[in-house]
Amino acid sequence: MFDQLSDRLQATLSDVRSRGKLSEGDVDAAMREIRLALLEADVNFKVVKTFTKTLKERCLGADVLGSLDPGQQVIKIVNEELTGLMGGTGSELAFASSGPTVILMAGLQGSGKTTACAKLARFLRENGKKDVALAACDVYRPAAVDQLVTVGGRVGAHVYEKGTDADPVEIAAWALEQAKTERRDVLIVDTAGRLHVDQELMEELSRIRKRITPHDVLLVVDAMTGQDAVGVAESFAEAAEFDGVVMSKLDGDARGGAALSVKAVTGKPILFASTGEKLEAFDRFHPDRMASRILGMGDVLSLIEKAEQQIDEDQAAELERKLRKNQFTLEDMLQQMRQVRKMGPLSGILGMLPGMGAMKQLKNADIDEGQLDRVEAIILSMTPQERANPGLIKGSRRKRIASGSGTRPQQVNQLIKQFDQMRKMMRHVASGKMPDAQQLAQMTGGAPRPKVRRR
Amino acid sequence: MVERLEHEVEAGAVPADGEAVQARLIEILAEVAATARAPIDLSGEPAVLLMVGVNGTGKTTTIGKIAWHLSKEFGLSVVLAAGDTYRAAAAEQLAEWADRAGAELIRAEEGADPGAVAFDAVEAARARGADVVIVDTAGRLHTQTNLMDELAKVRRVIAKQMPGAPHETLLSIDATTGQNGLRQAKIFAEAAAVDGVVLTKLDGTAKGGIVLAIADELGIPVKLIGTGETLEDLRPFDPTDFANALLSEG
Repeated sequence: MFDQLSDRLQATLSDVRSRGKLSEGDVDAAMREIRLALLEADVNFKVVKTFTKTLKERCLGADVLGSLDPGQQVIKIVNEELTGLMGGTGSELAFASSGPTVILMAGLQGSGKTTACAKLARFLRENGKKDVALAACDVYRPAAVDQLVTVGGRVGAHVYEKGTDADPVEIAAWALEQAKTERRDVLIVDTAGRLHVDQELMEELSRIRKRITPHDVLLVVDAMTGQDAVGVAESFAEAAEFDGVVMSKLDGDARGGAALSVKAVTGKPILFASTGEKLEAFDRFHPDRMASRILGMGDVLSLIEKAEQQIDEDQAAELERKLRKNQFTLEDMLQQMRQVRKMGPLSGILGMLPGMGAMKQLKNADIDEGQLDRVEAIILSMTPQERANPGLIKGSRRKRIASGSGTRPQQVNQLIKQFDQMRKMMRHVASGKMPDAQQLAQMTGGAPRPKVRRR
Repeated sequence: MVERLEHEVEAGAVPADGEAVQARLIEILAEVAATARAPIDLSGEPAVLLMVGVNGTGKTTTIGKIAWHLSKEFGLSVVLAAGDTYRAAAAEQLAEWADRAGAELIRAEEGADPGAVAFDAVEAARARGADVVIVDTAGRLHTQTNLMDELAKVRRVIAKQMPGAPHETLLSIDATTGQNGLRQAKIFAEAAAVDGVVLTKLDGTAKGGIVLAIADELGIPVKLIGTGETLEDLRPFDPTDFANALLSEG
């Protein structure tokens, strides 16, 4: 995410940090670098100008240059300003005090509205809104209604649709009536993609908005949009008076220009980010966390949240008990591995750890998830007895497991060896002793090291 | 490009007044935009076209338009392959376009193997003596290595059914895309040997300047432009018009 921008800013800032004292010239040079980095990332040039200007003023303040660690101060300021640029903290969807909350979705063609509708519905359902419905108002694009019905069904949202012959304004009004009588918590209205220069369709959007008076209007913006993002956002701000932005396709290698410009130009915050093909790949957008990610400071908060969502507390307590009594089995190891993997691909998790971005060997490297698949397959090919007591696994059992999991007997052996070492170490930890360095080295040396593949 | 213009002005080849410089600039831009230009290759029997691109750039719509032009204007028989088996209702969307264009549609259920759909479509087209097969694919971000590998596989499968196919692989690029478009083109070209670009959504304010960089650095020309939502809104790319539009206001 925003790798290129991230690299350049980090390089500039580490240069600043390495200096004991900062002169005005040093700050000037750094600002020039930051300006170039932002421009290259497709950030709107006006936004870049104001941004670097405030940044410079703040950095030249007496308290920065005179402080003991001016480099650190500059980084803090850049972090704060980047956060501010993307919307500061604390922006939320507005919810109705009574009756259904109405959310209107708008955007250009292909920005990802229909998908965002379903993802948002799922997100809201996960976060306490039980009954979320969708309204299919895209009557222009072939099969758009079918698409919404299908994805709506997948996330358990009712879809109000009237085919493609009705007027979108009427469909929206009708869906709202239905949602009221059926006491839905939330109604999300999908609309057709439209170009911001298409007068007729922009008026239609504004009519829909007036008719159903939504609590929130969300603009869906493709993260890969270039300088045009600003013009688009301005036109939509006028016709639809949107309240917030959903950034879609953030999982690509977009440079971040759209994400960094929209708030500054329209004053509307980015509320959500869509980061993958799957319907779960959708989350609240946290400008502060994104800023620290861009600056290579990691995003530990998101990581913890993810872990909390996925990890079952009872299971964790049970595991702890087993660890203390040294009853940890291969079955438990399998559970553990699955929980971690539920948090998403390992490369994504690594991206949230501080300093990981700067680790050269991990850059552009794919972590071979296949390794983990193989470990899973091996364990799954064992009987429950074997999983509880790997000591049973000898010649013919080993052969059976290997052929059952499509691996070689050596790989089965290797896994069991690692597991034994893990258990040994855990016994030490449980008995209050810290494992010594040699044991740790053995552990990691023998562990299935993620295969690092250069792209 | 700017360097070249500066050079020419200094050397006196171009008079140093505003209008002449602008005219020459348009010429240079058009020249770059015209890099490696070639018509779409329809000589195969059937000719197999493969459409690839990032999500939401207009692949399916473009296919509908191409099919319409080929069948209505050139009287060719067209088979469409619904190779986007991932997105909900993608096949229905293509079916609608096939209907409008009078083309035949080969589809499979959602989640089916896109390679198999393409294979069947080419096979069907050969059996029926159709002129053109156009294979749709699911939108994919170029950063998703596994999906890019899938694309390479679709190509291999098509080649297995008909050596030499696909004869033309088109990449759709959204005109509003920024610098990222170059990365998209580069990686798609590596995975799927892209022959040409279809620049879509040019009816907005975006001008799609990124295709210049794509032509210049990768030697992949723009072949078609999409300018609206109706079947007729597809045109061959004209480098001079494009260069003019790029420099005009608004």
